[in-house]
Amino acid sequence: MSRLVPFFGFVLLVALLGFGIWWNTGHDPSAIPSPLLDKPAPEFNLPKLYEPTATVSKRDLLGKPYLLNVFASWCVECGAEHPVLQAEAPTLGVALIGYNYKDAPDDAKAWLAEHGNPYSVLIADVPGTTAIDFGVYGAPESFLIDGKGVIRYKHIGPLTSDVVTSELKPAIAVLLKEKP
Amino acid sequence: MQLLRSSAACARTRLPTKSVRAEGALLRILFAAMLFFAGVMHAQAIEPMPFANHAQELRFQHLTEQLRCPMCQNETLADSNAPIARDLRNQIFQMMQHGSSDDQIKQYLVERYSKFVLYDPPLTAGTWLLWFGPLLFLLAGAIAVAVVIRKRDRSGAIVEPSIENGDDW
Repeated sequence: MSRLVPFFGFVLLVALLGFGIWWNTGHDPSAIPSPLLDKPAPEFNLPKLYEPTATVSKRDLLGKPYLLNVFASWCVECGAEHPVLQAEAPTLGVALIGYNYKDAPDDAKAWLAEHGNPYSVLIADVPGTTAIDFGVYGAPESFLIDGKGVIRYKHIGPLTSDVVTSELKPAIAVLLKEKP
Repeated sequence: MQLLRSSAACARTRLPTKSVRAEGALLRILFAAMLFFAGVMHAQAIEPMPFANHAQELRFQHLTEQLRCPMCQNETLADSNAPIARDLRNQIFQMMQHGSSDDQIKQYLVERYSKFVLYDPPLTAGTWLLWFGPLLFLLAGAIAVAVVIRKRDRSGAIVEPSIENGDDW
């Protein structure tokens, strides 16, 4: 029996390391869980990308749920995400709002002209200060915000069609069911 | 520049055909050196901030070294060159100018980026394993050692160190 002790020790180590591998492949280890989940989205008032004199605030968007997608023309992963947004935007069931992050407006417009524009509204945060309130630390990031202005779901990194079907759409379905 | 011109002129008197090439090479080296030093200068002066005094600068350094960059997760906010780290440093600087305390600034960041940004995480229900995990391993090791020793005592087996085994090396 005592001879088996090292063997059990070994099995325990293998189990621990196996768990570590499973844990890190199952989720993105660099994604920080947002403390803003299920809390009211921060107040914001940002100019529209195509009409900088007009602004969009949190209050303007209250009433209906929407998906706020943080993107930038300099962001490589946004290029990978973009076709997914193009394909999925019409079937999401909520408005897709583009949050142009720390980008030169001209670059953003050129980028959208080249890759297509899936967004119904586009707002620009050139200095990136409002993004800090959202806890944004890179692009792309996506926030699902309900009609009361509460953040209900957040995805860090590009939305893939897998994430859209397995996470985003179920989260949207919950929101749409809630609607009185 | 004086040196460059004189050496080029010197070369020209001796070897007119090679001089052009030599001058070109020298210019290229000079240009490369300028590019290199421009990079060094840039790195050294990432963003000089108008601190009110030296004490504030030290406080800023000390605080940003305790905070983790959310983007490059193994770097402090003080070290990181990520755009978000730059923005957060700016934000911290602004908050300091408005008289926020270190705790207020930390709270501000934790509200947005979670406790992840703290290199020294507070002891909570979620972090007790982080704090006491190593102690648990130590405890497990101590128990194992105690069990083995007790077993040997009971069996009375004395392991004789076998020195005379013929292996001198």
